[in-house]
Amino acid sequence: MPNPETHIYQAQAQLDADSTNAWPTASAGALALQVHAKAPGTDLEPMSPRPCRVLRLKTETDDTFTLELQPANSTSRFNFVPGQFNMLYVFGVGEVPISISGDPDRPRTVLHTTREVGAVTRAMRRLRPGDMLGLRGPFGTGWPVAEAENNDVVIVAGGIGLAPLRPALYYILARREKYGRVVLLYGARTPADLLFRAELERWRARFDLEVYATVDRAMAGWRGNVGVVTTLISRAPFDPLNTVGLVCGPEVMMRFAVQELLRRGVSPQSIYLSMERNMKCAVGLCGRCQLGPVFVCKDGPVFRYDRIAHWLGKWEV
Amino acid sequence: MQVKALEDLLAETPFFKDLDPAYRSMLAGCGVNVVFRAGEFLFRENDPAERFYLIRAGKVALEIAVPGRGPMIIQTVQEGEVLGWSWLVPPYRMQYDARAVELTRAIAFDGACIRTKCEQDPKLGYEFFKRFSVLIVQRLAALRLQLLDVYAQP
Amino acid sequence: MSALPKQRCCWRMEVDLWVWDLPPWARSSSFLGRCQLAELTSPTAASSRMQQPQSQAALAVTVERAQFALWLEQFRRWGYELIGPTVRDGAIVYDAIGSAEDLPVGWTDEQRPGRYRLKRRPDAALFGYTVGPHAWKRFLHPPRHRLARVRRENDGLQFQADAAAAPKLALVGVRACDLQALALLDKVLAGNTFADPHYAERRRQALVVAVNCLQPASTCFCASVGAGPRVRFGFDLALTEVLADGRHYFVAEAGSELGRELLKALPHQPTTPEERATADRLLTAAAGQMSRVLDTTGLKELLYRNYEHPRWEQVARRCLTCANCTLVCPTCFCTTVEDITDLTGAQAERWRRWDSCFTADFSYIHGGSVRATARSRYRHWLTHKLATWLDQFGALGCVGCGRCITWCPVGIDLTEEVRAIRHADGATLAQQKEPTHASQSP
Repeated sequence: MPNPETHIYQAQAQLDADSTNAWPTASAGALALQVHAKAPGTDLEPMSPRPCRVLRLKTETDDTFTLELQPANSTSRFNFVPGQFNMLYVFGVGEVPISISGDPDRPRTVLHTTREVGAVTRAMRRLRPGDMLGLRGPFGTGWPVAEAENNDVVIVAGGIGLAPLRPALYYILARREKYGRVVLLYGARTPADLLFRAELERWRARFDLEVYATVDRAMAGWRGNVGVVTTLISRAPFDPLNTVGLVCGPEVMMRFAVQELLRRGVSPQSIYLSMERNMKCAVGLCGRCQLGPVFVCKDGPVFRYDRIAHWLGKWEV
Repeated sequence: MQVKALEDLLAETPFFKDLDPAYRSMLAGCGVNVVFRAGEFLFRENDPAERFYLIRAGKVALEIAVPGRGPMIIQTVQEGEVLGWSWLVPPYRMQYDARAVELTRAIAFDGACIRTKCEQDPKLGYEFFKRFSVLIVQRLAALRLQLLDVYAQP
Repeated sequence: MSALPKQRCCWRMEVDLWVWDLPPWARSSSFLGRCQLAELTSPTAASSRMQQPQSQAALAVTVERAQFALWLEQFRRWGYELIGPTVRDGAIVYDAIGSAEDLPVGWTDEQRPGRYRLKRRPDAALFGYTVGPHAWKRFLHPPRHRLARVRRENDGLQFQADAAAAPKLALVGVRACDLQALALLDKVLAGNTFADPHYAERRRQALVVAVNCLQPASTCFCASVGAGPRVRFGFDLALTEVLADGRHYFVAEAGSELGRELLKALPHQPTTPEERATADRLLTAAAGQMSRVLDTTGLKELLYRNYEHPRWEQVARRCLTCANCTLVCPTCFCTTVEDITDLTGAQAERWRRWDSCFTADFSYIHGGSVRATARSRYRHWLTHKLATWLDQFGALGCVGCGRCITWCPVGIDLTEEVRAIRHADGATLAQQKEPTHASQSP
């Protein structure tokens, strides 16, 4: 924390030096804001979308698709942390938060996977390669992939929840030797709704990754598991005392998954969730994404469980 | 497999581990080794509930036949898990079809016999009650989450 | 060295405000209001303050009524657009004014829960009222604001953000509660992880001319949240209007370097001790007139542990979710974004607009709203204002202006709601019998 006394003197000196006001001295308002001074460039950036081109649109399941985008200034790289999201703008329709689902070590293009749930995502689904979108981001906090080193990692994903977790898994697999056992538990509605099916099978074939998938129901003939994803937790091979849990999916599923992890002996400070709320600005200024005292857009979307435990499961919070 | 080896197996199974050794050996006496090939039924809906199973290897799908939609799998049970509780409650009839998804080895226990023994020895009855009630509660919790259909389109 | 007595600040700290010992330019910025207050009161800070150059005693001047009229003319000559209180549609609102004559001369307001009336005063006071339905946020954080223009061109999209240019506004007649509100908005819109450059620019350019309240309305409770009635910081110039002994004058002081510069060029004369004493007496009397109280002791924890209190159900039966409270509240900042295209489809615009957490789709995520019932929306608003604000911004979101009480069509009073919850702390629906009318609750 800077010494407030010298900080004031510095602020005054700066004001005297470079005030654009006709008056050489600062108003009460200017002084009020001076102490909140931000580094140049952090103010305007998050509010202006930048144009991005659609490279590819891939249908994953009935209602889920992946968009691959590249910044219009195609030499710039898109750096992000696993767990972050972008605000994607479709011309004239609107802007929505979409999880980044690609590999953080491949920043030339950026992948987003989403479900078609409203006007904007419906319009997105009809885009073609070459079309342009507006992009703001990346925003939010990421999965604790660095902090999880030297631990077992258990990833519990439900439905579309696998999308924001996939970058974490890529990151971990690229640095595999730094982690203990890595387990992916994935649940979907039916076998047709399993996301990234081909990739799941490739992951399952690896010797250094355990993958268990289950569906809520299936037609006879399905040879995989049937049952909610929480039932996979009690049998998954990891050491609860040295495990970091990453959980993402519908909120109800996350709550019950966390209960199972706790029952298994994982500490509440080792479990992380990705939350979702209505977002418009993604920078903590519009007030809509609040969950109790936290803003999901900037304090999250990834939260350590003990931080939001009090608010989860409360009705209509 | 001899009864003795079965007893050792039960001692290692989480479900029966803490059971009094005398009871365990009685239980072993009521159990037989069974094998089902992929696609074979362990039991059908409305069969008399004479048995319950401890799955040793493989996977069993619980199915409900829905006219016009074909059989729907509502749950799969795999190794280490216990299958079947209808033998505990009247009218002692199986409520679902159970079909082996892959080659499955299990131990089948004579439910009717154990029921009689429980009537005679309430302490044994209580031991079974404790274990099966936990199983039923867990299944119920999972089922309720399944019921919410959380992945459905809003 | 004079020191103000210990003040209970709304930031839950009791601090010694050694205000008058600081150099003038630091004295009155809302910097004093933030968490750095703790550092100011540390022993090392206090001793380094002792070594600063001898500061001037609070510089107060007297401004006659006629001179004040010249002040406003002078602000206009300096390029400021005057914004001040004026009578319109039966209320005192904040709008562009041309001169001192546009002020509500000789008017006062009578406010009660759900009721606002203007009444004539026996004198010709310029500021003899408190606050109306407008808050100053509408000039710094406008109700409608264009974020970007987007043009669709052959090969793509062009985004054009408007530059953060701001009009030079002179905000005349800012009350203590409003100053507190501005300091709080600074924290939200310019002091957080991301800052709004448009708000910041307007704030920097604005001239803040504050006025002390001498006659609180019955709905005011700024004293109990530490926001007033005396203005303490955040202003360029501050005035206390005195009508006594046949005279009509203001005791004025500067609160920033800009204020001091301007004051040199504005007509005034030195204050006599009697004039100063009269002003002080009026200010002290004002604080004593406030009858409404919000007990802020342990308020955050009280609300956090009473999320299922039956009182929420009772207030929800009255609340129309009309959003009036959020519109008149000087610290409510929630917005939405709307997309508009023109008929040709070649150009689109993104507009930011005020919104309210009371609207049905404020918390909409696919499938439905998280807060679907009126009960949950009222609870969200109140616990945000009085509890989660503290965790988010380190300060209480309420400044005690009473606007939400006055302008609620059904007269819901948040001080009464808090009192009811505190009275039956920990109550659940099972324990409470259903009252037949909300007013029967304690």
